[in-house]
Amino acid sequence: MTRMPAREPAAVPRTGYRIERFTLGNGLRVVLAPEDGSPVVGVAVVYGVGIRSEPEGRTGFAHLFEHLMFQGSANLDKLAHFRHVQGAGGTFNGSTHLDYTEYVQTVPAHALERVLFLEADRMRGPRLTPENLRNQVDVVKEEIRVNVLGRPYGGFPWLRLPPVMFDTFPNAHDGYGSFEDLEAAGVEEAAEFFDRYYACGNAVLSLTGGFSPEEARRMVERHFGDVPARPAPPRPDLSEPGLSGRAPHRPGPPDPCRPEARLSGSGRPGPAGGRHRSYVDEAAPTPMVAAAWRVPDPVADLAGYLPYVVLAEVLTDGVSSRLVERLILKDRLATGVSGYMGFMGDAFDAYDPTVLLLQANLPAGGSAERALKAADEELDRLADGGLPESELARVRARMITLLLRQGDAVIHRGVRMAVLELQRGNPALLNELPALLTSVTPDQVTAAAAQLRPHRRASIEVVAGRRG
Amino acid sequence: MSADANGREHALPDLGPAAPLALPVRAETVLPCGLTVVAIARRTAPLVELRLWVPMALVDVAAGALLAQTLFSGTGTRSATEIAVELQAAGGTLGGRADPDRWLVSGHCLASRLDRLLEVLADVLGDAAYPEYEVSVERGRLADRARVALSQPSHVARAELLKRLYGDHPYAVETPGPERVNAVTAEEVRTLHGRRMCPGGATLVLVGDLDPDDAVELVAHRLGRWTGSCGDTRMPAAPPPSPGPLLLMDRPGAVQSSMRLALPAPVRDHPDNAPLQLANLIFGGYFCSRWMENLREDKGYSYGPSSVIDHSLGGSAVMLSANVATEVTAPALVETLYELGRIAALPPSSAEVERARRYAVGTLQVGMATQAGLAGLAGTLAGFGLRLDYLALHAERLASATVEDVHRVAVTYLGPGHASGVVLGDIERIGRGIAAVTPVEIRQGSPI
Repeated sequence: MTRMPAREPAAVPRTGYRIERFTLGNGLRVVLAPEDGSPVVGVAVVYGVGIRSEPEGRTGFAHLFEHLMFQGSANLDKLAHFRHVQGAGGTFNGSTHLDYTEYVQTVPAHALERVLFLEADRMRGPRLTPENLRNQVDVVKEEIRVNVLGRPYGGFPWLRLPPVMFDTFPNAHDGYGSFEDLEAAGVEEAAEFFDRYYACGNAVLSLTGGFSPEEARRMVERHFGDVPARPAPPRPDLSEPGLSGRAPHRPGPPDPCRPEARLSGSGRPGPAGGRHRSYVDEAAPTPMVAAAWRVPDPVADLAGYLPYVVLAEVLTDGVSSRLVERLILKDRLATGVSGYMGFMGDAFDAYDPTVLLLQANLPAGGSAERALKAADEELDRLADGGLPESELARVRARMITLLLRQGDAVIHRGVRMAVLELQRGNPALLNELPALLTSVTPDQVTAAAAQLRPHRRASIEVVAGRRG
Repeated sequence: MSADANGREHALPDLGPAAPLALPVRAETVLPCGLTVVAIARRTAPLVELRLWVPMALVDVAAGALLAQTLFSGTGTRSATEIAVELQAAGGTLGGRADPDRWLVSGHCLASRLDRLLEVLADVLGDAAYPEYEVSVERGRLADRARVALSQPSHVARAELLKRLYGDHPYAVETPGPERVNAVTAEEVRTLHGRRMCPGGATLVLVGDLDPDDAVELVAHRLGRWTGSCGDTRMPAAPPPSPGPLLLMDRPGAVQSSMRLALPAPVRDHPDNAPLQLANLIFGGYFCSRWMENLREDKGYSYGPSSVIDHSLGGSAVMLSANVATEVTAPALVETLYELGRIAALPPSSAEVERARRYAVGTLQVGMATQAGLAGLAGTLAGFGLRLDYLALHAERLASATVEDVHRVAVTYLGPGHASGVVLGDIERIGRGIAAVTPVEIRQGSPI
């Protein structure tokens, strides 16, 4: 620890995670990031399949299939995966994202090989039975009830905003799925889905934490070496034009599974252009609004994308950020403000098209229109008035701290590296991110702010239906 | 075991030898002003985590919450924005939260900027101004947050259970309602700060990329002048959950019912706690528990029931929580009571106890492997007057608990005969079924 009395922002620390990568004969990509002395190991497997891979008529299938991957495989009965991981002192999870699906375990270091065995066994093929499928359809329906249907603001904004912003099925549809589609899912389709998307050529395995790389490599080959080779399928075509200059959007019919959400908006151009839609949430006591703008391709144009990552923080990180100061403290138009990249809140997990997203909790009786207008004015002020270097420097310090803090958990680091490998073939980008973010200039941030114009914006508003 | 296409066999690998629980290097002191300081080295990232626990026993919960919300809203020499700017430049953040036991200030920063973070903290602790305008803004935000909480079925079900359990005790209200928040003035918060935000009885925990002795010295330098004397107000003992009819509350049209049950538990450092942790894991405390396997993986009634041992200074309880589809509410209650009855009436298998034991010890290691995880754990223990050494004792107790010990505590604490609970749901659809299973007390009129 060093003590520095100076008041200027701290020098930016960098990470030096040791990273090795290799590919097995069957096409499985592997990333190893050993950390001497760590008592735990994180094991992550990510597959290049997600919500945006789903075919029409099969909404929610990627997530349902993630559940099926925990239902047993050749050498593992139903419940065995849970018991072996937790019974070794570890934790596990799975989660489905727009463009990938992750399976994660954090275990005491002595359980590493056991986890590799478990992941390899289901990579060879899950045990798909009608009973397990039926059971997990029921579980997923309960998950949707608890997270979306049975609570105020359910699915806001991640399920509510994409259909306003996008016109094509892969980008616009509900990733949790309709009950009708979930109930129609069959075992044969699940098997086809596995064959197509859960190919080891479409997967990355990452190990982070306390292990010897040589030994780990031998273990990986022992357990995954004979997984049958299957190539990655072609990536889905997600391209669609941005909002500017497009014909007005026609709203779809109301979703019968969402009776509480009476779509009242039209997707017609909002008062200041762009697209705006609102719906009444009968359980919500106060209104909310969220707005999103398309941003540059995070993979093909990382340099063009990073200024937006910084901009989201300049706008919303902490009491001294632009929008918190204006909307919450000065004008009292909002009671909470946040800004982030991507519908799932992760700046480095999605392919193009993706967004910068702002959302605000509004006071009872608050106006979404006035909140958006004030945000527009702040964006203009930033675009026209510039960004002081000192303001950027402190935002930068905060961003780097958050990166380091997330990365302190071996599994977080492991998933991040696996996704960087999957989408970019470059897990070591993790080590470069602090420097890359530091190199973003004030002019780049203000130029990004200048792109967030009302006519390019898609917004969604929750109208409070409950007297609170 | 099976053979693959190449004739190779794949079998579950054995676990290697487990590493013993290793406690990190640490230092501790009590400053002349009464503040206890604990510094723990965990040099995995160039950051420091901070947790400050200040006792809040018997403080009005609305005033306590507003104080936590406005502690960083300005001092005699710094505005709210200036405080935020300084913290951000240190890569840091600090924020306050309140519950009936304590105020907890949590934050982190770049290790190289710990001095700045402590300087800001010292300023707010010694000189928080609670300016009228900022307090009015934060009061509005807090009241709105309370309104949103009251619209969440999970929140309402828990709040009603706490009222039922604790009656007149402060634990009956965890989160103040909007009316109570709106009634608190800036002057009341200022007075409360002077009266109760004191170093005596408070504990500051730092965890991260630091030398423990240097860090303690730095805190002494920065916070040594934090003064004030608050006396020693203790949280009175809370009544243990007592059995009674299930309270049924109406939420017309609900797609799910929120089921919440409470059972008694021993205080945090009681020797029964280790075997009870194991019994609770086996019953419903982790994914491969009986309750989860039954309700979710066998029946598909719920996304995930959970059962946790909740420790507070005034007492402890086992809290069960499950959200289940409206149409299966009564059957889900039957399975819940069955699993509680089974763990109390019959000893668990030794395989179940071993699995729970490895999980309890392993996840302690996993939780302590990050700076934030270690800080959270050390901060909570400190509030109970315990230190990391307690974890070594607890791990020993986990290691030595027998099947008989686990069964004994299950009989004592987990039997369904000890349960008190509430169900929030559509009474018209679930009422009859539930009343056929267990005695109920119906409260008409919609709380939500």
